[in-house]
Amino acid sequence: MLYRTAGQFKTSYQADQALFPVRQDAVLLGLILLLAWVIFPLVASEFAFQTLLIPILIYALAALGLNILTGYAGQLSLGTAAFMGVGAYACYKLVTLMPWLNPVVAILLSGAFSAGVGVAFGIPSLRIKGFYLAIATLAAQFFLVWLFEKWGWLYNYNASGAIQVPNLEMFGVYVAGPQASSTVQYFVVLGVVTLLTLVCINLTRGNLGRTWKATRDMDIAAELIGINLMRSKLTAFAISSYVVGVAGALFVFMWRGAAEPNLFDIPLSFRILFIAIIGGLGSILGNYLGAILIVGLPVVLNTLPEALGLPISSATVEHLNIMIVGSLIIFFLIIEPHGLARLWALIREKLIIWPFPY
Amino acid sequence: MKDTEGYMTADGRQIGGVLMELRNITLRFGGVVAINDISFDIREGEIRAIIGPNGAGKSSMLNIISGFYTPSEGELWYQGAKRPPMKPYEVARMGVARTFQNIALFEGMSVLDNVMTGRLTHMTAGIASQALWWGRARDEEIANRAVVEKVIDFLEIQRIRKTPVGRLPYGLKKRVELARALAAEPSILLLDEPMAGMNVEEKEDMSRFILDVNDEFGTTICLIEHDMGVVMDLSDRVVVMDYGKKIGDGAPDEVRGNQDVIDAYLGVPH
Repeated sequence: MLYRTAGQFKTSYQADQALFPVRQDAVLLGLILLLAWVIFPLVASEFAFQTLLIPILIYALAALGLNILTGYAGQLSLGTAAFMGVGAYACYKLVTLMPWLNPVVAILLSGAFSAGVGVAFGIPSLRIKGFYLAIATLAAQFFLVWLFEKWGWLYNYNASGAIQVPNLEMFGVYVAGPQASSTVQYFVVLGVVTLLTLVCINLTRGNLGRTWKATRDMDIAAELIGINLMRSKLTAFAISSYVVGVAGALFVFMWRGAAEPNLFDIPLSFRILFIAIIGGLGSILGNYLGAILIVGLPVVLNTLPEALGLPISSATVEHLNIMIVGSLIIFFLIIEPHGLARLWALIREKLIIWPFPY
Repeated sequence: MKDTEGYMTADGRQIGGVLMELRNITLRFGGVVAINDISFDIREGEIRAIIGPNGAGKSSMLNIISGFYTPSEGELWYQGAKRPPMKPYEVARMGVARTFQNIALFEGMSVLDNVMTGRLTHMTAGIASQALWWGRARDEEIANRAVVEKVIDFLEIQRIRKTPVGRLPYGLKKRVELARALAAEPSILLLDEPMAGMNVEEKEDMSRFILDVNDEFGTTICLIEHDMGVVMDLSDRVVVMDYGKKIGDGAPDEVRGNQDVIDAYLGVPH
C-alpha cells in the first residue's frame, strides 16, 4: 500500500532515467540519509561509533569497490585486502611526506596509487578468466603484503614495522590520530563514502556500467558489438582498486589508527568478498546490507547474552558467534543466492502490487 | 573501384553500388580449409543470403565479415577501401552489426539496457562526466534513449523493455537481439540464422521485421538461413556454399535451377 507506483507517470526519458524513478525510494533514501547524517551523530555512543557505524561504512565501501570488479565487470578478485593496504600505505606516505596536505585530500589521492597497482595486476585478466584470474589476484595479495613488510621506506623504517597514524588536523579540528574524536571521524568517513557511492551509482547506470555488464555476461558478444574488452576490464580494475584503496586509507586512518602488514592478509580479502556475495553481486545497496550483517551481527551476538543476563563466558560467546554467523551465511545463500539486495528487490516488487497481485 | 551501377529488384527496389566485396577469401584452421577461395559482393540496400548445407562454412564467412576471424588469404573491401586486419570491436565501430546463431544477449541486464549497449559505438562522454551524471554523459544518455525507443517501437517490444532478458522466451530474445544490432544504426547488418528454432508464426513475424528494416532504414542485410522458403522469399541475391566452396550465386530463381546447388542439397549418386 505504501509502495504504490500508480499515478507516477513519466513524461520524459530524463524522468524515467532519474536516480529514483519511484517516489517512495527517494523518500526512503532521504530518511536513511537523515538518520546517518543527523540522528546517529546525535545519539550514538563512542562504542556504537567504533564498533558499528564507522566499520560498517568502511567495509561497505571496500565491498562496493570489489563489487564493481566482480559483480559488474565479472572479474573475480581475491586481492582486495592488498589493494586496501596500498591505499593505506600510500596515504601514510602522503601525510608524512607532505604534512601540510589536507587529510581528506590525502585519503582521496591515495586511491589513485591503489588504482595504478590494480591496473598492473589486472593485466592478466586480458588472457585468463574465472578461477584462474582469482589465483592471479591471489599473487597480488601475497606479493603486496610481503612488500609492505620488507620495504622499510613504506613505514618510514619504524622499529615496529607498523604504521602509526599521526595527529592530523583539518580546519583546526583533529580528524585522524589519537586525539581525533569519533564523531568527527564518522563524519569524514560518511562524507567520503556518500561521495564515492554516488559516483559508483552513476558509473554503473551509465555507459561504462553497461560496458562492464556486457563484458561480464558474454565477452565475445561484447567485443563484436564494439566493446574494447581491454579497456573495459582495465577501467573496472582501476575504478574498483581506487574505491578499495580509499576504503583502505579510511580503514587505517579513521578507524584502526595503526596497521601492521598482516592486517591486510587474506582473511580481510575473504571478509570483504563475503560481504559482497551475501549483500548481492552486481548491486550497490547490497554492500551496505552485507556489511551491516557481517559487522553488526557479531556485535549484537556479543552483547545479547549479557543483556539477557545469561551467564556465558566470553570465550563461549566468541565460539557461538562464529557458529551462528557461519550458519546464517549459509542460510542466506540458500534462500537467496543473489544476496540480500535481491531479497529486498523481491520484497519491493511484491509491495508495489500488494494487495492485488493480478 | 566503387561500382555504382546497381540493379532493379523484381519488386521494383533500386539496389545501389557495392558496399562490401570479398575477394578470393580463404580460411584455414590448421589443415582444415573452412573457406576455399570465395568471392562475392554485397550491394547497398540489398538482402543478401548465404545458404548451404551444414558445415559449408557459412558462419565462418560471417565471422570473417564481422572481424572475428582473419582470413588466411584474400581481401575484404568495404565502402570502397581495402579493410586492414582489425579487431572485432573496430569492425563494429565501422558500422557492421550482427546477431548470433545461439542468442548472445547479456542475460543479467534488462531489455532496455541490452538495446542501449547497441548504442555504445555512438557514445563518447568521458568518465568524469559519467561519474557526475552531468553534462555530456546525461545528454547522450537521453538522446540515445530516444533512438533506442524508436527501435523498441519498431520491433514491438515496448511491453518488455524493463524485463530482465533472462526471463524472456526464445522468440522474443531473438527479437531483442535484432533490436540491439539495429540500435547501432549499422550500414550492414549480419544475421546468423535469425529464424533458427522458431515456429511458423514467429518466422513470419521475423521475416516481416527483416523486410521492414530493409525497407524503412534502407539497411543492407546479409543473412544465413536454413529455411529455403524464407530465403527464397526474402533475399534479392543468394550465395550458395558447399564444403567451403562457392557453388552458386545469383537471384533466388537462378540459384534454384542451378544443377550444382540441387546436387549439393539432394546428393548425387556416385
